[in-house]
Formats: sequence, C-alpha cells, structure tokens
Amino acid sequence: MNKPMDLSSSLPDANGLFGSFGGRFVAETLMPLILELQDEYTIAKSDPEFQRQLAYFQGDYVGRPSPLYFAERLTEHFGGASIYLKREELNHTGAHKINNCIGQVLLAKQMGKKRIIAETGAGMHGVATATVAARFGLPCVIYMGATDIERQQPNVFRMKLLGAEVIPVTSGTGTLKDAMNEALRDWVTNVDDTFYIIGTVAGPHPYPAMVRDFQAVIGHETRAQMLEKKGRLPDSLVACIGGGSNALGLFHPFLNDLDVKMIGVEAGGKGVKSGLHAASLNGGTPGVLHGNRTYLLQNEDGQIIDAHSISAGLDYPGIGPEHAWLHEQGRVEYVSATDDEALEAFQVCCQQEGIIPALETAHALAEVAKRAPTLPREHLMVVNLSGRGDKDMMSVAHHLGEKFGVKQL
Amino acid sequence: MTHKSRLENCFAALKQQNRPALVSYLTAGDPDADTSRRLLHGLPKAGVDIIELGMPFSDPMADGPAIQKAALRALNNGQTQAKTLEMVRRFRAEDSTTPIVLMGYYNPIFCYGVERFLTDAAKAGVDGLIVVDLPPEHDEELCTPAAQHGIDFIRLATPTTDAKRLPKVLANASGFIYYVSVAGVTGGSAPTPERLEGAVNQLREHTELPIAVGFGIRTAEQAATIGRFSDAVVVGSALVDCIENANTPDEAIERVHGLVSELAESVRACREVSEEHQF
Repeated sequence: MNKPMDLSSSLPDANGLFGSFGGRFVAETLMPLILELQDEYTIAKSDPEFQRQLAYFQGDYVGRPSPLYFAERLTEHFGGASIYLKREELNHTGAHKINNCIGQVLLAKQMGKKRIIAETGAGMHGVATATVAARFGLPCVIYMGATDIERQQPNVFRMKLLGAEVIPVTSGTGTLKDAMNEALRDWVTNVDDTFYIIGTVAGPHPYPAMVRDFQAVIGHETRAQMLEKKGRLPDSLVACIGGGSNALGLFHPFLNDLDVKMIGVEAGGKGVKSGLHAASLNGGTPGVLHGNRTYLLQNEDGQIIDAHSISAGLDYPGIGPEHAWLHEQGRVEYVSATDDEALEAFQVCCQQEGIIPALETAHALAEVAKRAPTLPREHLMVVNLSGRGDKDMMSVAHHLGEKFGVKQL
Repeated sequence: MTHKSRLENCFAALKQQNRPALVSYLTAGDPDADTSRRLLHGLPKAGVDIIELGMPFSDPMADGPAIQKAALRALNNGQTQAKTLEMVRRFRAEDSTTPIVLMGYYNPIFCYGVERFLTDAAKAGVDGLIVVDLPPEHDEELCTPAAQHGIDFIRLATPTTDAKRLPKVLANASGFIYYVSVAGVTGGSAPTPERLEGAVNQLREHTELPIAVGFGIRTAEQAATIGRFSDAVVVGSALVDCIENANTPDEAIERVHGLVSELAESVRACREVSEEHQF
C-alpha cells in the first residue's frame, strides 16, 4: 500500500513557482543551502534506497496505511452523503504530521546534518519532529509561540519527554508565525549543521513541493482503498487547512480526476467578516512571507495581521502557495468554518463515532455537517481525520466546561 | 558625460581621503515619526557618510531582537511606507549629497506596488535598496525594475556565498556590495577581523564595486579595525539600542548622534597608521 511519492506533477516550475505563487524569498545566507536541499531532494525522489527506507518507516514505525473507515453513524446522523474518514489520527504521534517528518529526517541524515529545528503551532508537528529526532539520535530544538505553549500544555510535555528543547517565542503574538520567524533566525545562524523540518506545504522552494510529496501518501492510499471498497473514486474530499499539508496530501493524487470535488476548510474564527479569523484565501490578499508568495492576512501596507482561531494548528496568517494557485485555478473550493461550528462538529464526532478529533480536524467536520445532508447516499465523501483531539482537552474544557459541569481540567 | 550617482560620488570622494565610509542604520519611524526625523536629519553632521533607513516590517526574519523591537515601535506609532518615503523627501530637500539606501523586506514594497514604489522612491531621492528576502533568483521582481528607475540594488554577500554562487550574486549588483560578516541575524556577535579581511579580499577579486561590511559591528574600535580593509562599515543594532535605552526623545537623539560621532572619528583615523596597507 505504500505508494511511491507522486512524480507526475509538473508544478512547481524550476524556480519553485505555482503560477505566480511560491518561490524562494529568503536571505542570501540561506540560498546555497536551499539549492543544495533541492538537489538532494531531487536525488532522493528517484533513489530506490531512500524510497525503501521511507516505505519501511511509514509502515513499521508510523503504522501506515491508515484505515479508510466508513463512518456509518455520522452518515446516518447527517442523513445524506456516505462519509468516510481517512484515519490519519491513528498514525504514531496522532496526526498526519509524522508522514512528512519521517521523509525530512531521512533527508537530513542523507545530507549529514547534525541538528534538527522546527516550528510548531498546536504542537503536533513539534511532537512529530521531536519523535523522529529521537528515533534518529539527533538533537532537536522546537520553536513554539508562548500563547500556544499555554493552550497546548500536553504537547509541550510530550516534546520534552522526547528529548527536545522547547523554546517559547514571545515576539509578535506568540503564535505559529512568530515561531516560524524564530526558527528561520535559528536556521540562518546555524546554517552549516542544522536541518529545518518545516511542518507544512509552505516556506521557500523546495519545501512546499517536498512536504506535499511526503504527505501525498494519504491521497494515494485513499484512492486505492476506495477503489477496493467501492470500485470507484470518491465524489468529494474534505480537509481542514492551516498551512494546508493534510489537505494537499489528500487532494494532490486526485487533482487530475476532475470528477472528484475538493473542499478545503479554513479557520473562520469568529467569522471572516469579524476580522478575527485565519482564513487567508477567503479573507486575505497575495503577499510575500516566510520564503513564498501566497495569500496572507495583512493590512494595506503589507504588515502581517495576526490570525485568530480556536485551533492553534490553523492559527497562521498564510497558506501554502499551491493552495493559492489551486484557489485561483478554481480546482479546489475553499470555504471556512467558525470556532463555534468547529466545536459543534467536534462534539458530534465524539458522540456519534467515538472518535475525538483534533480541533483543526473539527473544521473539516463542520463543513461535512453543512454539505453531507444535501447530498444523496451514493455520494462518497472522504474527510481527512487529520489528527486526534487529546491535546485539545484543555481548550475544549475551557469552551464547553459549563455544559459538562467541568470548570477546570 | 555620464551622470554620477550620489553613491558613486560619495565613494569617489572617500577614496581621495583614503578612508572608509561610515554607514548608519536606523528604522524609519523609530521610536516615533518626529524623533526619527530629527535623528535622520542630524546624521550627516554627526559624521555619517551613507544612510541606511529601515522600512519597518511586522515579521523581520533576518533581524535580531534590537531591530525587531525598533520595527514594532515604529509600526505601533503608525509608520507606513508612504511616511518613510516622505521622510526621505524632506531630508533630500535639505541635503542633496548624502546617499540614502532603504533597507527592509519585500512584502511592504510588493503591497505598495513595485512600479508605484520605485516612482515615488526615485522622486523622493532614494539612491539604493537593500531587500533582504530577494535573492538574485527573483531579480525580475524588483532589482531589474529598480535599475530602470536609476535606483541601485545593493546585494548581500554572506559567509555561505561560495565561489560557485558568487557570480550570480554579483551579476546585477550595483551601488556597493554589502558583506554580511556572520551567518546569522543582525545584532549578533562579531567575526574575527582576520577571517573578514580574507573574505573581503576574495570579494574584491570578483567586483569593482565598493564593499561594505555589516552585522555585529558595535564599537568605534571594531569599526576602525574593519575599516582598514573595507570600503564602508555599517553600524545598526548598536544605534538602535541607543533609542531603546533612552528615556526621552532628546536623550535618544543625543545618544545616537554621540555614538555616530565616536564611530566617525574612528573611521576617519583608521588608516593613518597603515598608509602602505592599501591604495
């Protein structure tokens, strides 16, 4: 079931561009390394030994393939489309993030790097990075916004248990974008020995393409699994989007299947009209940040505005450049779900399926709640259950505590 | 007869005097618009030869804490790209010779509109641009259009720029070359002078352009050491720290111009003991 990475895609071009999006907008100090990374990655893509190792770790360490599960109760609950959950939350470390981390750490080893750094929002990428760093015996530093450290305590503890150093970032609003700034500052300072494992399909080329390729295992498996179960491709795919790696991982192998509808769900926060949201495509404009051109939340003077979401993992004022391109091409429909809608869907999933989803994933489920009831049972809808929600207990208790008679967890 | 730019005239005059240029960096609008204007207007008199004026950005990935905070102070006090250009225009009305180079990140320029920005910058009297996150791979974005507006695009060379990459970095460079002395962010630790001198001499084999050295230069003594073999020394974070550490705008101005005077005196004298060294 472990398919090779998608080699057929023609984008990005040699300069890392998806149309006008993407690119390599980084300091000169980083350029030689980024070009070297690109070369090494190109070699790895067609190196049978690299692919063999990747498949081995995806299988025996991560636990792939993840099941494609028919959510019978959820299907009945919404009374429309047949809903399938791609169970990425069953991966080792509890989210899709590790698919990419395994790939990048193998590349780091191949390049002879001695130290791993990463940024994290909800902490899932931080945990996945700390995990692979431990497995491969590399020292690891995770940059995490102070605000996020506050709301994702369990993950902070997990990273420390795994031997990583977690550095709180207080600049800006202390969330994911500030953590990424700080990781870039570390990288530019320690460029000789350090490998930066970016957690999403953003950053300078080749990261958006590389992370997408490592995550595309999700879509390749889904395709094979649905063909096996139903003898045909799904009708629609739904995934939540912060930077957009779980969505692109699911979508990418289906991009040329024009009958497969794709819906990306951004974090609508208090509502896109309120200004307090993280919906870069629905409420942002094109700009250049963190090494790539994409849609950003920013004011008219090009200053980045802080994102808002109940979910730390979606709380980012940008989006991967390939999503920006797919948005302009109209290939993927991008919608948003508010904090309240996500919380509602979170509970429905817990109660109907006995699965506690991540708050990020709950945004995708919120879109399912809107869309599934309007569709017939023959419609096969796949939702990427990108992560589990154990890490969100504190946040959810804070928002729903009254209802369950729990004041503090 | 070809028209010489302010930067060319400046470096030609300093070559005559056998001394390096003192380049100062301050963030436009730091700590507030009025103080920043007074700081800027006093720089040439205090001894600055070339002015780098930072365009504040919310996410300065290549800057250390000092310049990050300066950008936030400026933005919190309402600094915009338009106000920064207006500062240059007012300065230029009083001073027609001191070169001004705007330094920053691409996004505020991209959002202002590249053509509109270059038109307004040329009109205001901007001489050059240093844009940290535009490597030569993206020259069509700003470097090439800037040349058409007569604005120099100053390229950064770094310790990671190897022989293979250097020609690409130098290809469309103009004004001067900014050698980033250490791999890292602004305001970090200074490199050893021996290693720096080697790197600058190596650069000279590949370019006729003047070579400025920056990142981590804080004191008059460091400026003198590096000024012996470079064409310009850039001091930024140390000046910005003066603003942060001052209790009042007047104190900020006194401290900044005071440090500039010390640095200026030092670079003016730095080659006197070693006449045979160069030129």
